[in-house]
Amino acid sequence: MTSPPHAAVSDAPRAIRIQRSRGWVSLKLGDLWAYRELVYFLTWRDVKVRYKQTVLGAAWAILQPLLTMLVFSLFFGKLAKVPSEGVPYPVFTLAALVPWTFFSNGLTQSSNSLVGNANLITKVYFPRLIVPVATILSGVIDFVLAFVVLLAMMAYYHLTPATTVVWLPLFLLLALVASLGTGLWLSAMNVQFRDVRYTVPFLTQFWLFATPIAYPSSLLHEPWRTLFGLNPMVGAVEGFRWALFGTMAAPVAVVAMSFATALVVLVTGALYFRRMERTFADIV
Amino acid sequence: MTHPAIRIEHLGKEYRIGGRPERYRSLRDSVMKAAVAPFQRVASVLRGRSSVLSERTFWALRDVSLEIQPGEVVGVIGRNGAGKSTLLKILSRITEPSVGHADIYGRVGSLLEVGTGFHPELTGRENIYLNGAILGMPRAEIDRKFDEIVAFSEIEAFIDTMVKHYSSGMYMRLAFAVAAHLEPEILLIDEVLAVGDLEFQRKCLGKMEDVSRLGRTVLFVSHNMSAVTRLCTRTVLLDEGRVVAAGPTPAVVAEYVFKGYGTRAERQWPDRSRAPGDDTVRLLRVRAHDAAGAVQESFDIRHPIAIEIQYTVMKPGLRFTPCFDVLNDAGVVLFLSQESPDWERIDRPVGTQVATCWIPGNFLAEGSFSIDVALWGFKTPPTGVIEENGVISISVHDPLEGGSVRGRSTNAYPGVLRPLLKWEATA
Repeated sequence: MTSPPHAAVSDAPRAIRIQRSRGWVSLKLGDLWAYRELVYFLTWRDVKVRYKQTVLGAAWAILQPLLTMLVFSLFFGKLAKVPSEGVPYPVFTLAALVPWTFFSNGLTQSSNSLVGNANLITKVYFPRLIVPVATILSGVIDFVLAFVVLLAMMAYYHLTPATTVVWLPLFLLLALVASLGTGLWLSAMNVQFRDVRYTVPFLTQFWLFATPIAYPSSLLHEPWRTLFGLNPMVGAVEGFRWALFGTMAAPVAVVAMSFATALVVLVTGALYFRRMERTFADIV
Repeated sequence: MTHPAIRIEHLGKEYRIGGRPERYRSLRDSVMKAAVAPFQRVASVLRGRSSVLSERTFWALRDVSLEIQPGEVVGVIGRNGAGKSTLLKILSRITEPSVGHADIYGRVGSLLEVGTGFHPELTGRENIYLNGAILGMPRAEIDRKFDEIVAFSEIEAFIDTMVKHYSSGMYMRLAFAVAAHLEPEILLIDEVLAVGDLEFQRKCLGKMEDVSRLGRTVLFVSHNMSAVTRLCTRTVLLDEGRVVAAGPTPAVVAEYVFKGYGTRAERQWPDRSRAPGDDTVRLLRVRAHDAAGAVQESFDIRHPIAIEIQYTVMKPGLRFTPCFDVLNDAGVVLFLSQESPDWERIDRPVGTQVATCWIPGNFLAEGSFSIDVALWGFKTPPTGVIEENGVISISVHDPLEGGSVRGRSTNAYPGVLRPLLKWEATA
């Protein structure tokens, strides 16, 4: 902990050269590691401020998925009688809404994160990737709160998590990678084209229905069901249900497909972000 | 082999600037253009132009070459828009140069603003940690220096109060206290001393002197000539992005002051897109004139001086007040004046407006004065909607014709102000 965040440039007279960068540049993940304390502080700031500034504070983390669950249970569960794979419909949909809320909040907030932190970007140097990363990480706290509610709901319906629950962190990671990847693309674009801000609500809305949250993906037949995994949130949601309820076969193909897409989005997003980064301070 | 701390070679920075939209001839024209414009923009983006801005460019920095040795304290001066801040932004890696390069040997800390990243909803204690981390201080170092920082800020009693409840003075003290405890090998500082009350400014200058005595390399951008003279052994004068003079501080400061590089009595921004402000409000012109409306640089001490601020409001619902302060050549703020605090409750109408303040005759002392202008938003901490330092400068002289404090006497007169006050004599 004693090494300064600038460790990469400290000590000996090893020069850093400042000049124009061209084309695609490396991700400089080492820099990100050197600045890990800043990641921590920005995440901590986001959590703290969010809970301080809202009247209901932490309750929002719970209310958001819970209210959506009520609406879905009423319209899809009761009225449309959508099947729910042998699990009570409210729990079935909440198990998907918890990772979904984490994903969509992370996506929305990270896409605005650079513009929202313009005062930092124009005044201090640090690897810009930190900004969307910290934003997404701050959502993990909300996720944990919502997850506790999900467990309480399961207890209410006398359901105990299956032993497969140990795999759950893997699917949280999938949601995080998907959220960060998309967030990187959108936040970098948002600096130059503020139109992005207006498209994000539509994007998340479409994405919500393109993900088996209100319905089971068993409504689809193969090979479509596996191809559905191209949407990384399909793997995350299916994985969550499998890990918690253990009622169906492990969705290996879908999850693998989702992980592949999510990683492609993350890597291309990070490259695009780094390429655009050099102009952030000038145009934000 | 010894290295310089900073070596800059042929550094240049080109900015794109938005072109001024052409004037529409008729309502039908403007409706048509408004309907077509979004498609044209999309088309130009799709055609691969990276930006919706026009291709007009200007060079904020041109062919700058400099070498700074370890332990040197170098001042950078020049009028607004000379490229001083751009130079610091490049050296602190906030923005990239367009041509040339700079090599930096050592850990860099930059202070382009004090209180960067301060969050009003967090307490003073929390903000010390956040701001410290943003400035690049490791957590262990902040832990170690925490008490020292709090003591320097002189706000121990409020350290667990949310910063939004601080007065602007307290806010600046805390912010500077954190910044002053930064310990990089190379320190880049932009005009951060232009804040706070005089006593605190002195303390900050003292701290800076300590820093430079410790053998740290410092690059110090300022309008405050007395601070530059006091702190910097060598100074660089920039004008229109180029180095026009570099050498021992007294000679360069003299060149700046006497050869007309300083700002004058009128300042306008013909290119609105480069004027101070944003899409909601912009400064258009600031000038000093006499009772007859003639712009002047030099005023008779007996005559009133008008400070005229012209600005344009483009968005309804803004609340702010135009204000300015007057600094003497020692950098002391003599006073600040604002149109009226009542504007806190009234929205500014959209359109171009002129606010004029009259400084009475027989009030300022003889000497030269620099004027900072702000359109001040009513927020805590009080941030300017626009804040521009050293916008114009004027001088005041006494023609020794009587009617002033001095009268016809040629003796030296002390005092930063010279009001002609009323005396009563009783026997």
